Amino acid sequence: MKELTIKCQVNGQAFEKTVPVRKTLLDFLRQDCVLTGAHAGCEHGVCGACTVIVDGVAARSCLMFAVQADGAVICTVEGVAEENGELHAVQAAMRDSFGLQCGFCTPGIIMTLVSMTAGEGATEDEMINALSGHICRCTGYQGIRRAVTKLAKATGEISQDDSHAV
Amino acid sequence: MKPAAFDYLVPTTVDAVVASLALHGDDAQLLAGGQSLVPMMALRVARPEVLIDLNRVAGLSGIERIGDTLRVGAMTRQAQVIASPVVAEALPSLAAALRFTGHFQTRNRGTLGGSISLADPSAESPAYALALDAQMELRSQRRSRTVAAADYFLSGYTTAREPDELLVAIHYPIRPRARIVVDEVARRQGDFATAGLVARVECEGGRVAASALAWFSMGPGVLRSPNAEAALNGGALADIDPEAVADLAVGDTDPFDDHHASASLRRATARVLAIRALTTIRTEELA
Repeated sequence: MKELTIKCQVNGQAFEKTVPVRKTLLDFLRQDCVLTGAHAGCEHGVCGACTVIVDGVAARSCLMFAVQADGAVICTVEGVAEENGELHAVQAAMRDSFGLQCGFCTPGIIMTLVSMTAGEGATEDEMINALSGHICRCTGYQGIRRAVTKLAKATGEISQDDSHAV
Repeated sequence: MKPAAFDYLVPTTVDAVVASLALHGDDAQLLAGGQSLVPMMALRVARPEVLIDLNRVAGLSGIERIGDTLRVGAMTRQAQVIASPVVAEALPSLAAALRFTGHFQTRNRGTLGGSISLADPSAESPAYALALDAQMELRSQRRSRTVAAADYFLSGYTTAREPDELLVAIHYPIRPRARIVVDEVARRQGDFATAGLVARVECEGGRVAASALAWFSMGPGVLRSPNAEAALNGGALADIDPEAVADLAVGDTDPFDDHHASASLRRATARVLAIRALTTIRTEELA
């Protein structure tokens, strides 16, 4: 089959669309759902700008086909803040720590960190490690690392390893 | 950067997968986690006519200990292996190997079976399977069989799996006495290694009863070091000279030049990895 009709939930909203089977989840989100927050960078899984949360875990949306998300619950950067506009803790930490400049890589980084701070929450070391899955050409990463340290402090998961202190 | 058109099949049973494979053979590609195949499709290095998605097949995922064997279903995600309490207890070095594999985000989708089927010469999972003498469980309409890692990895990106066969699970022998070290050097966390080593040494009464040194990123495929293993086996642990064994082990490799590293840098890096692993194993065992 070359086309399939899929149903999924994105940021709480139900979508039912017929898509070519070769269409990536990234292009589906951007073109069919008109959610352009997930960015198309390298489109082969290296840069991390397209990272979204699929059924609770962070994943590269350029490395999934839309048809694989049939029945999935997806969260993109558009669904992270409160409805009243109040920023998610990760967004606030990134803003307060100058964790972004041009903003191209930012939605992917936000989604990785949102997935890691949900539930029990990851440690600072784990979050710093996960940042290796994102490429940022503006910040030199130091602001992003400060945001992670701030998030870890907020959840009480402070690293024992001083090498990450900035 | 868009994959070429393909026919998409999404079976839900192993029987349906092997039936599709029998029908389409070489024209079909199996889609596991997609963290290597989808980039290859985006770059049009891979252009399968038929894509068989394994993500909705029942019974291909899961980790269980059966006696002295750890059985990991081929579609078990790398992140699931890392988080598994069964793995932590029975074979923690498997989790250690997978922590080097890709990134947090790709490990959430990437599968153990996918990595072993691709047989990338720079990947951790094939070298780890080779060092552990793991067995690959294969299914087709014709037969079920298991293939030892040494016979499975034929060369880089080439395995003994026939076009109509599905890798169902990987069986790792649990060796309580074995000391296993997984180590690599990469330019960035998550990149393919400049050089990587899985070392396994089993001692009995102060002597080396069995050993395996398996390399990745050190040749056209993953490879063992027969000369270094022969030098280790049967000898007294206290007499091991890590530098001499490391020289033998590096001599067994056939590294390549590419834009990441020269062959001589890979050899120098590998030598340090081998010395470090053997020193660690000797120190821990004699402590």
